[in-house]
Amino acid sequence: MLRFLIRRVLGAAVILLVISAVTFFLFYAIPADPARLACGKVCPPETLEQARRNLGIDQPLLVQFVSWLSGIFVGRDYEGLGNCPAPCLGFSFVNKAPVFETIMDRMPVTIALTLGAAVIFLIFGVATGIVAALRQGKPLDKIASVSSLIGASVQIYFVGTLAMYFFVYQTQVFHQPKYVPITEDPLGWFNGLLLPWLVLAIIFTANYTRITRSTMVENLNEDSVRTARAKGMRERSVVLRFALRGTLTPIVTIFGVDLGTLIGGAIITETTFGLQGIGRLAVRAVDYSDLPTLMATVLLAAAAIVVMNVVVDSLYAVIDPRVRLS
Amino acid sequence: MFLEVNDLTVDFHTEDGVVHAVDGLSFEVERGSTLGIVGESGSGKSVTNLAVLGLHNPETSKISGSIKLDGKELLGASRSTMERLRGNEIAMIFQDPLTSLSPFHSIGAQIAEVYRKHKGASKSAAWDRAIEMLDRVGIPQPKVRVDHYPHQFSGGMRQRAMIAMALVCDPGLLIADEPTTALDVTVQAQILDLLRDLQEQSGSAIILVTHDLGVVASTAHDVLVMYAGRAVERGTMREVLREPRHPYTWGLLGSMPSLAHPVDVPLRPVRGTPPSLINVPPGCPFHPRCDYMELLGREVCTGERPELSPHRGHGDACYLPLKQKAEIRARAAGKETT
Repeated sequence: MLRFLIRRVLGAAVILLVISAVTFFLFYAIPADPARLACGKVCPPETLEQARRNLGIDQPLLVQFVSWLSGIFVGRDYEGLGNCPAPCLGFSFVNKAPVFETIMDRMPVTIALTLGAAVIFLIFGVATGIVAALRQGKPLDKIASVSSLIGASVQIYFVGTLAMYFFVYQTQVFHQPKYVPITEDPLGWFNGLLLPWLVLAIIFTANYTRITRSTMVENLNEDSVRTARAKGMRERSVVLRFALRGTLTPIVTIFGVDLGTLIGGAIITETTFGLQGIGRLAVRAVDYSDLPTLMATVLLAAAAIVVMNVVVDSLYAVIDPRVRLS
Repeated sequence: MFLEVNDLTVDFHTEDGVVHAVDGLSFEVERGSTLGIVGESGSGKSVTNLAVLGLHNPETSKISGSIKLDGKELLGASRSTMERLRGNEIAMIFQDPLTSLSPFHSIGAQIAEVYRKHKGASKSAAWDRAIEMLDRVGIPQPKVRVDHYPHQFSGGMRQRAMIAMALVCDPGLLIADEPTTALDVTVQAQILDLLRDLQEQSGSAIILVTHDLGVVASTAHDVLVMYAGRAVERGTMREVLREPRHPYTWGLLGSMPSLAHPVDVPLRPVRGTPPSLINVPPGCPFHPRCDYMELLGREVCTGERPELSPHRGHGDACYLPLKQKAEIRARAAGKETT
């Protein structure tokens, strides 16, 4: 088990290195000059040269990559701009701050948005899936499948905008979405995020309902579930301990992917509700050709997926003893 | 009688029509004795057993008749009553131990939970009981094995574990549904020996479902031959295997290889295929496959449905007079010896 984990973590590190190399060289291939952007509208040639030197982009590309990479571990000094302590993901001339600082600033917003919504869609999706499977072909099952189809087909900006209009501006059922740190005002944190959570959950619940339902229907017909019944187990325990157990693997799989994707930035959700998270940061970085920030957000998104994959793989072994040995 | 099944009928409502899986079946099993139920796939053997356990979905199936265990009627009993009985008074061993055991729980946990549920034992007492049961069914190093998962067991060991699980509460009735079909021959014999030994110790009644007449010969006291959801012959093991009366039983016996026969005698399979249970042939359901229909004539065989006769003891459901059957058997035996 430990060897398996070490192998997976090392593999993940290699993947991240490759991704950062690819993004680095791709981004520096685009014909935007960070020095010119940093230097401003009126830019005499000598100032531009100075900016180039300060940003380190007068160096060959490979040298730039190596110093970018080493910056992550030991930090970097940007002449005339200031010190960028480790882990240094570069210095944003747009925000006039080390990229890592900005990321850490925005991270809580995205994480709170993601985790809150994830709790809702996971619980709600799996619960409706189980109920639908138990009431197969009954009205409740049909309601669940139709509503999850609708949920899966609508777009977040559509539902989000409608919800904002009706529930915030017209009826004030929900508070205006905004991010307040939980340490400052827990209730305000909750109120400010509730609507984005629910809207995000509507979109994601559908998938969980569908997958839970179909695997549950399959599992309820398994021989081992029949054995559990033949042993005199209560129906509730048959459903939850035996049939649901086999459903966990596919659920954990998609949950890992969804969580990884969302932590990488729920761009549309954040934009719809005006939340300043990683997604918004990435969009702004594209708008301003803020290459260091853009690099960092891409790398963060990749890291989120890679890390979630390792977590999911480890969870497989927890769920299914057959995976543990092989 | 410990288990009395009377006029049991199980119908399933499907999109294609009503499946008459079991039709007017009656049998009895006494404590300490083993009833072998024999028949082809789809003859209603497993459906009958699941009905005894009350495991049919009430929404898709219709069950009538009577199933009495120790005098108590099981048909129509409440769900909680049946849950108390299952695993406790009536236990079941399924055919494929790999798929029938849960892959997610250790062998010990699967055995212990039955004991805890029905006997209200503490966790540690149930665990000790699980180890004891594994020891009793002949699993080496039960203290180590109790922590293992089904995929770490061999096929024969899994079936032993399954038997341990079924017997953990000392059930009065054990239903074994093709318990040796998924196992190789040497292991089959071990499992059957084990069942016999355990029955001697506990005095349970056993229903052994099989399509293997060899298994019946070595294990069962009484035999019930089923065809298309009905009993076509019933008697003691010796009666049915030595002096079979129903043409279907003849067919089953004739299709079985025997060491007593010379190797060049070809096997004679029962011709045709089992009938659809949605449109069961009228009269005797076996008549389309029967070689002796012309002796009675089509009208007789497709007329009124034959009942098991005589009512007690060795009986079969066929209109051919006993004397004529004896002649047919004698002629067949003569042919074989020449």
